[in-house]
Amino acid sequence: MLDWIWLIPFLPMVGAIINGTVGRRFPKWAVNIIACGSIFAAFVVSVASFIALTHLDPSQRFHEVTLFSWIATGSTSIDLAYLMDPLSSVMTLIVTGVGFLIHVYSVGYMHHDSSYNRFFTYMNLFCFAMLTLVLGNNFLVLFVGWEGVGLCSYLLIGFWFEDQEKAKAGMKAFVVNRIGDFGFLLAMFFIFMHFGTLNFREVMAAAPTAITAATATLICLLLFLGACGKSAQLPLYVWLPDAMAGPTPVSALIHAATMVTAGVYMIARCNILYSMAPGAMATVATVGAITALFAGTIAIAQNDIKKVLAYSTVSQLGYMFIAMGVGAYAVGIFHLMTHAFFKACLFLGSGSVIHGMHDEQDMRKMGNLRKYMPHTYRTFLIATIAIAGIPPLAAFFSKDEILWMAWSGGFKAQWALGFLAAGITAFYMFRLVFMTFFGEERHDEHVKGKVHESPWTMYVPLYVLMGLSIVGGWVGIPEALGGANHFHHWLAPVLDTGSMEGARHAAALVGDIGPSAAYASGGGGGGEGHSIIEYILMFASVGWALIGIAFAAFCYLKRTDIPAKAAASAKGVYELLYNKYYVDEIYDAVFVKGLVALSNHFWKFWDVVVIDGAANGLAKVVRATGGGLARLQTGQAQGYALAVAIGTVALLAFFAAHATL
Amino acid sequence: MDFQLADLKLIAPHIALLGTALLVLMVEVFGHGRRRPEATWISLLGIGIAAAATGMSCHENRLGFSGMLAADGYSAFCNMIILIVGALTILVSSNYLKDERHEHGEYHALILLSMTGMMFMASATHLLLMFLALETMSIAIYALAGFFRTKEGVESCFKYFLLGAFSSAFMLYGIALIYGATGTTQIHGIMEQFTQIKGLASSPMALSGIALLIVGFAFKVAAFPFHGWTPDVYQGAPTSVTAFMATGVKAAAFAAFFRIFFVAFPATSPVWSQALWLLAVATMTMGNFAALAQRDVKRMLAYSSIAHAGYLLVGVVTATAAAGTGMLFYLLSYAFMNIGAFACVIMLGRRGADSTNLDDYAGVGFKYPLLAAALTLFMFSMAGIPPTAGFIGKFLIFKAAIGKEFYWLAVIGVLNSAASVYFYLRVIVYMYFRERPEAAPEGLRSGPAITVATVVAAAAVLILGLAPGFVVRMAEAAMSTF
Repeated sequence: MLDWIWLIPFLPMVGAIINGTVGRRFPKWAVNIIACGSIFAAFVVSVASFIALTHLDPSQRFHEVTLFSWIATGSTSIDLAYLMDPLSSVMTLIVTGVGFLIHVYSVGYMHHDSSYNRFFTYMNLFCFAMLTLVLGNNFLVLFVGWEGVGLCSYLLIGFWFEDQEKAKAGMKAFVVNRIGDFGFLLAMFFIFMHFGTLNFREVMAAAPTAITAATATLICLLLFLGACGKSAQLPLYVWLPDAMAGPTPVSALIHAATMVTAGVYMIARCNILYSMAPGAMATVATVGAITALFAGTIAIAQNDIKKVLAYSTVSQLGYMFIAMGVGAYAVGIFHLMTHAFFKACLFLGSGSVIHGMHDEQDMRKMGNLRKYMPHTYRTFLIATIAIAGIPPLAAFFSKDEILWMAWSGGFKAQWALGFLAAGITAFYMFRLVFMTFFGEERHDEHVKGKVHESPWTMYVPLYVLMGLSIVGGWVGIPEALGGANHFHHWLAPVLDTGSMEGARHAAALVGDIGPSAAYASGGGGGGEGHSIIEYILMFASVGWALIGIAFAAFCYLKRTDIPAKAAASAKGVYELLYNKYYVDEIYDAVFVKGLVALSNHFWKFWDVVVIDGAANGLAKVVRATGGGLARLQTGQAQGYALAVAIGTVALLAFFAAHATL
Repeated sequence: MDFQLADLKLIAPHIALLGTALLVLMVEVFGHGRRRPEATWISLLGIGIAAAATGMSCHENRLGFSGMLAADGYSAFCNMIILIVGALTILVSSNYLKDERHEHGEYHALILLSMTGMMFMASATHLLLMFLALETMSIAIYALAGFFRTKEGVESCFKYFLLGAFSSAFMLYGIALIYGATGTTQIHGIMEQFTQIKGLASSPMALSGIALLIVGFAFKVAAFPFHGWTPDVYQGAPTSVTAFMATGVKAAAFAAFFRIFFVAFPATSPVWSQALWLLAVATMTMGNFAALAQRDVKRMLAYSSIAHAGYLLVGVVTATAAAGTGMLFYLLSYAFMNIGAFACVIMLGRRGADSTNLDDYAGVGFKYPLLAAALTLFMFSMAGIPPTAGFIGKFLIFKAAIGKEFYWLAVIGVLNSAASVYFYLRVIVYMYFRERPEAAPEGLRSGPAITVATVVAAAAVLILGLAPGFVVRMAEAAMSTF
């Protein structure tokens, strides 16, 4: 079975090719079957390869399939090859599974759109690129997928390119991601320079002896710059909220569940490199923690339902980076998975709301939708409870474990930021639920009486994702809670070496032996003394989340006048949050305006003065020498002849300078 | 000069093409002026025979006709490029000529004749034979450029002819000076003279001769500042002829350029490689930046072909076997991607209205998805984005440059290709991100022949990009036979 893993990315590609070339002539049902069917087939192959992996001994759970040798010159050989191991297996299952559900959902959501086949072409193409990204066995293939998902993301953000704003959002994503890609590329060059290969397994095996900690730090920081761009971390997160201009299924698939987690995946893939670079890890954890809190606070003051979810995504990605930074790679991937479930559910739910409200996205114009959209309401509420971190739903296990690993690894400041953000998450998510589904109806005149529940193709995927948001966390119940933590054991062959190294370094860094080392070796229950603290922290974070929920309920259900009053009395803070800390404005003033000014200078000076001047001057010379013959339109030809003559003289002069008489 | 019958074997491919050209003309004469669609098939057959003859003569590895020409791996590889260019051009032209009401056999005869000249250029080991071959090629091309007898066509034909004659004069004078300095025009003989006579490498006569030779070649490959004619001529000539010029002439001129400088002038290479270094940088930079400003696709492709000449010059500057391998691979890839791109341009045009403005490409992506996909592929390849042939070509050439420590040249080349991405992608942006105007004409000017050419070109661009190993090894083998 494992020899067939290349089918996983290729099936969606075939779907994209069919729909992209001849799909225009197909009826909609045929487009649907091709698009959804190809993803489903890829999902089946993913499941089969997962099962095949489970039958292998844990130390043997990897399988490389080389499709062909791409560039082979001299000692350089780069293959187009796929690698199936526990980590890529988890990722393929997420991408194909959640991807399939979102495809089904899109059938209903995009039903009225005139560019139906174009949409599914891009979606399938995206899946192909994403699967190439997670299955590639070397950095170059990963990079090909990395750029591929980026391309699809720009295409889909700007899907409704007739709208100038939306086309601009696509452009913004493109430009910001270039900055990150620059870091990634440099890192790749350095890796190739030091290792002579780009293959993951070879690089990771050679890393401890081949490079120094300083080199590892440099490479890791550059890779992290790439991850910041793709996974929307400070300071490169600005494109993701704008990316919400795309169709909602796109936001769910690309900008919540899969593509934006590519940075997290990449760091997990390079865990051994990171573990050699404690400085880089501390940077990752700190940036993640600050982003988690920063984006969470912005989400409080947003009124656009998708914007709230976008900032929430940025915040949740911050958690994943905290996990990466403290060396708890498996936990980060665990949160990546649960997040894919509940955030896809939330985004699709918001899409259902927008669909039912006839393209209304402003929550101030919603309210009491549970009456009209019971399915959407039910699923959305469960996913919200999940993201808030209430046991026994998915995010409780994953988020709490991240915070625990941060605490026990000695990253107390990062823990504090993450802990604060957890309560804020509960608050703004329930604010969203209360404003949308409860309270009085503040609907616009033109939608009154027309609000409707979405068709079954849309709410069935919602239920599936809701179910996954509930049970998805159970595969990783820590042993402190009597679980077996299957998830972590599954990833152990790929991530454990790094975790142990990382824990040792982290411990050396803070002068304390944290239990993450014990955790890394598969224990989890190791360090008995810390278990009590683990329980205390668990109760604290659940309590903190409940406070957030209660506060949201108080503000938005009971005393609905409070938010306005609070906004008025703390106008400065509110304005600051509402305007997202003015980051866009600052970037615009500093980078965009600065660059435009510089370009203008180049244009005005170089182009207008130097080049045009030279051209006009030459034209004058030509006209002067051209004389009467210019009328036969040979004026220009004479100009060219003049250039040839000048060039000849210059060449002769150049050669004469080297001659000896 | 003594003549041996066995030497005829070395020019069997050339004879085959020449014979086919004459046959096509005869068919036209005896066809009483009726439109003769057979010309296409006869020409393709002739090209096939020439290809077979090339395959048979490539193992000869010897000089013939008293050292006038060589049949070796290098000339065989170049001949193959030229034959591919010719075959694709004829396939691309078939419907185009019919649509433009210029379906005359002379067109095919002229293509075949200029191909004969090109192939002699690639095999010439003697400056005079090279010059005659260059003129044979050029005169046929002049006529082709004005084939439609439109105002622009005739203007471009005349311009090309005037300037071509001008630069040929320089080249001939250069050959004369080299003869004066060395007493021979046979390139191996020249090389020996340079090694035997002390001080020849710094004699003004020899150096001036080399400089003037460079002028002649730089004109034919459209290098700065000898490129002035290129945009006008490319835009004015029939599109299929433009494709032929941009690829065939370039391949032949670079083949001769590289062979002569690699074999005859290694003694003076420090001097001419500096001069060509400057030419290469100026050519690629000028070509790319001028292309940035174009809104006409045909004109943009003209400037882009100047830029590609700049990249190819990097190969001549480097002048190692590895650089030659890169150059041969690049020329082959360029033939496929450029003719493919021009084929797409032809298909989107109408009789008398080429519709080559960028606005005419708006919304093509979803109206004609296959054509747009092919054009996208060609644009990617020209921009040097993997996994396409263009990427591998650039990779090989710049790698060779780095191997001989031309670091700055490689850096400038890479920066240039990064800048070029903008205008190649702009075509794609127009195709996929702009609404097709209501008034846009319906239907494509396509047919079986041009479709075959486009599909073959697209497949080749992909295959050369994905699995270049086989062709790279062939090019390496070709370089080892010098």
